[in-house]
Amino acid sequence: MWTWFHRLGSPPYFYEWAGRWAPRIGVLAALLFAWGLYDGLVLAPTDYKQGESYRIIFIHVPAAWMSMMVYVTMAVSAAIGLIWRMKVAEVMARAAAPLGAWFTVLALVTGSLWGKPMWGTWWVWDARLTSELLLLFLYLGYIALNAAIEEPRQAARASAVLAVVGVVNIPIIHFSVEWWNTLHQGPTVTRLDAPAINIAMFLPLITMALAFMAYFAAVWLMRARGELLERERRSRWVQRVVAEESG
Amino acid sequence: MKPARRNRLILVLLLVGGVGVAVALMLSAFRENMLYFYPPSQVVSGEAPTGYPFRMGGMVADGSVRHGEGVNVHFQVTDGGASVPVRYEGVLPDLFGEGQGVVVRGRLSADGTFTAEEVLAKHDENYMPPEVADAMKDGKAAQTVSEGGE
Repeated sequence: MWTWFHRLGSPPYFYEWAGRWAPRIGVLAALLFAWGLYDGLVLAPTDYKQGESYRIIFIHVPAAWMSMMVYVTMAVSAAIGLIWRMKVAEVMARAAAPLGAWFTVLALVTGSLWGKPMWGTWWVWDARLTSELLLLFLYLGYIALNAAIEEPRQAARASAVLAVVGVVNIPIIHFSVEWWNTLHQGPTVTRLDAPAINIAMFLPLITMALAFMAYFAAVWLMRARGELLERERRSRWVQRVVAEESG
Repeated sequence: MKPARRNRLILVLLLVGGVGVAVALMLSAFRENMLYFYPPSQVVSGEAPTGYPFRMGGMVADGSVRHGEGVNVHFQVTDGGASVPVRYEGVLPDLFGEGQGVVVRGRLSADGTFTAEEVLAKHDENYMPPEVADAMKDGKAAQTVSEGGE
């Protein structure tokens, strides 16, 4: 396990390994999406209070979970890069950022679309919505800082500090609905009691969450491969790969 | 672990810990200002601001909704302890109803009536099909009857 982890730290090995796994995980994501959407939009019962409108949770909730999970993943990768100076970890952190930012946008937009008919407003400055918006700005700040510095190793180090500091926001997002009076409702699934959702609605929600995770994993690996090729373009292994793939 | 790496690891942990403590202190200092709304019992006991608009959140009391002319509506907002009468003129959100969570923004008049400029419905964390909701309601009703009709 440990040696395998060490080998993943070698760019050519990682490139080849990610190239093998990304398509498989991608196929898994497609299957999960197909089943999750069918189950969620067709098979799941309507809600007693919200009618059909509640079905947006099958996108909104996984997107919001991913926005936080990807951030932690990105920050951990960045920290590994910072501490162990591992090139692949730096690349992984950089590759995760735009994906996390888009998940955040998706969560904010779907939440807003649901909020207008249900709450009666597109947006309120309550603690949950505000801290999620802050998460988007953290992602954008990370991306901007990373892009602003020409030299890739320095860019990785500087932006890693930002990513690591921003982790403080993650528990704030999660607990905001419990610490303060917010318009956003409390947690339905991620709480100590049993989930407050009917099992026929819970299963498609979990399927969609797994689909989002698989989608992220596949695209993340693909993006990291691309980043690695560009960063290592002068190295011999990249030239060998290019020679092989162009025949 | 090599000393250089260990030092960097400690530095990163200190950074996260330090920022975490700083943010925790800041949030506890701003605790009151982070509240999105006040519950009716705090409004009745005079803890809510009187000079300027604020938000009040609670449940719409059962049997309290009265529709007046046009889009005029009166209802009571309660948190189980106290309740405050609310007057509102405007379109209500889909989820608005008796027994539903609600957040109203407006001013408190001298006679204790809250004049709302905006009414938002607050959703709870429960999701279930209508049959289950009915069954649960029947179950609860049966329970209260057996407990002596409280």
